[in-house]
Amino acid sequence: MKAANGTLATGPARARGDEDASADTGSHLTRSDRANLLRYMAMMRFAEERALVLYRQGKVPGSFYDGRGQEAIPVGSAYALGPRDRTCILHRDLGAHFVRGVTPERYLANYMGRSGGVTGGKDGNMHFGDPRLGSVGMVSMLPDMALVATGMALAFKLRGEPRVALTYFGEGATANGQWHEAMNFAGIHRLPVVFILENNRFAYSTPNELEFAVDPVERARTYGFPGVAVDGNDVEAVFERTREAVERARSGGGPTLIECHTMRMHGHGAHDDMSYVPAELLEEWERRDPIERYKARLVQDFGFEPAEVEEILGEVRAYVDECAERALASPMPPPEAALEGVFAREWEPLGDGHAPWSRWREAA
Amino acid sequence: MAEAQLAGDAPARAAEPETPATRELTYLEAISEALREEMRRDETVLCIGEDIGAFGGAFKVTDGFYEEFGAGRVIDAPLAENAIIGTAVGAAIEGLRPVCEMQFADFISCGFDQLVNVAAKLHYRQGVAVPIVVRLPSGGGFSGGPFHSQNPEAWFLQAPGLKVVAPATPADAKGLLVSAIRDPNPVCFLEHKGLYRTVRGEVPEGEHTVPLGKARVAREGSELTVIAYGSSVHLALRAAEELGADIEVIDLRSLCPLDADAVLASVRKTSKVLVAHEATRSCGVGAEVAALIAAEAFEHLDAPVRRLTAPDVPIPFSPPLEREVLPQLDDMKEACDELLRY
Repeated sequence: MKAANGTLATGPARARGDEDASADTGSHLTRSDRANLLRYMAMMRFAEERALVLYRQGKVPGSFYDGRGQEAIPVGSAYALGPRDRTCILHRDLGAHFVRGVTPERYLANYMGRSGGVTGGKDGNMHFGDPRLGSVGMVSMLPDMALVATGMALAFKLRGEPRVALTYFGEGATANGQWHEAMNFAGIHRLPVVFILENNRFAYSTPNELEFAVDPVERARTYGFPGVAVDGNDVEAVFERTREAVERARSGGGPTLIECHTMRMHGHGAHDDMSYVPAELLEEWERRDPIERYKARLVQDFGFEPAEVEEILGEVRAYVDECAERALASPMPPPEAALEGVFAREWEPLGDGHAPWSRWREAA
Repeated sequence: MAEAQLAGDAPARAAEPETPATRELTYLEAISEALREEMRRDETVLCIGEDIGAFGGAFKVTDGFYEEFGAGRVIDAPLAENAIIGTAVGAAIEGLRPVCEMQFADFISCGFDQLVNVAAKLHYRQGVAVPIVVRLPSGGGFSGGPFHSQNPEAWFLQAPGLKVVAPATPADAKGLLVSAIRDPNPVCFLEHKGLYRTVRGEVPEGEHTVPLGKARVAREGSELTVIAYGSSVHLALRAAEELGADIEVIDLRSLCPLDADAVLASVRKTSKVLVAHEATRSCGVGAEVAALIAAEAFEHLDAPVRRLTAPDVPIPFSPPLEREVLPQLDDMKEACDELLRY
């Protein structure tokens, strides 16, 4: 095994649930970073709640997909990225878009097929990435974006740039051959790519037991890089594991696979009543809600006043409400736009993403 | 600075002859030259594919590249076509110009998802340009059997966002490959294996581009138009010579974008059309061209539009079976003759 940092490697056959639940985050996060982590998780929760209402009101064509209960994963991981890093963000990871600079307004407009959406109506729901913010949007075939992120990392390595590509996929995607192709290629060339595996227990209705015989995080070693499991409902633990992986990638150490254990608290889509999920499983994970846990931790461990926490949430809710109003005011795209943009006239570079982590603000 | 250099060069250039120097190359040498010259000109151009490094590729298109450009620009990929296309997409988005080699065009089936779902649609969905080229050694005639002989161009033509070219001559092979590399879109470059070492022709030295989307009049004539591309162009030219007939041969060169103007201009001139390709018949390029002519030049026709194609069967292995399936010179002559006498 090529792992440069033995502490990141998965040990022999780790039992599920035996995760690093409370990583030592030491001095990497400031008070304002912690407020941000709560802010982005709440933004994801409130924006998705609002989108679900819009769906039920008939304002969202197609179906609706969210990442309820998984907010700590996209927020904690994307928060570790620098501006010139690149992302391929998946459909349960809205918080990562928000961290990188997409506004709830453009997310909600995208869901409604409006011209103000990130894709201007060309693609729906979570199939978007804002090229101006360093993001390449997902396709429905999973895990295709793992290869695209690997290719971006290839470009970084060939040019000797200290940059990282980060992408997400569910545990369901690890069953597809392209997942193997991506892991294998990234391992061969020790590319600066971080793979965030969200194990939310179900691929649509198919449970873990029918998805794989061996937990996919253990496969990382066989591709020549570390795999690490983390409590995906602990935002600081996710941040910390990602920070280590990103720094390792940036310094030439190669890829890392981070498996975040979590639970999909809603159906695959809004059309899915989740009758196949035992009620007690949902109750168990409801008690581990990442936002409620972090609110409590901010007060207990990091000296936030309860009123301060509530004030942050109130601000975020008001902001999401404003964004929803603006999204509703966004016009539908003109029909003739459907015929435009099949071919590019020129190549343009992606823009940089927002990097709100205090380390980057200091660096700037 | 570049402008100043160009301005400085101007007097010397004016003294040069207008026609660039050419020399004879094989079709394969022309492809290789295009790739090598683009890699020398632009350091963002790289090759990725199976066995293309020290081995120089299954057909030796990249012979010597590894020594000249190194492992970072001549990347030997694991046997994983989606990885080849998918990583090329990511690298292209980040500013490189990858040229992917499928060892055989047939193997694009294993990379199809990245090509048609990721590469082809990214600009439409998100305004992200994907400047990749996928080189596809295609075609039969050498007992390659069902998995080393296919002409899969119609697969790509149903995936909006892909450009598709299929050169017939060494000069066009060079010029179209250079243009494909410089184009900001994914381009499928079909290179017919049967032409690699059998077809020779004059190829301009140095800078030479052929625009994507422009057909070529390969032979002028007034009584019948044969619309072809790739290997079928050579079949049509030989048939015209052997028949001694006044046949016009249009070499499409580019299947998407299709040069409708060139097709229609020739139809209006000759009033009889044969569309010929080695790929199978149904829903192929011939069907598309015939539909175009029916819609836009119906009143100019003096005969039904005919097609000469492979029948709708896989390409068989055994020589007599393969000959039965792939259009032969006699088939071309017979098809032309029938239309001439119509």
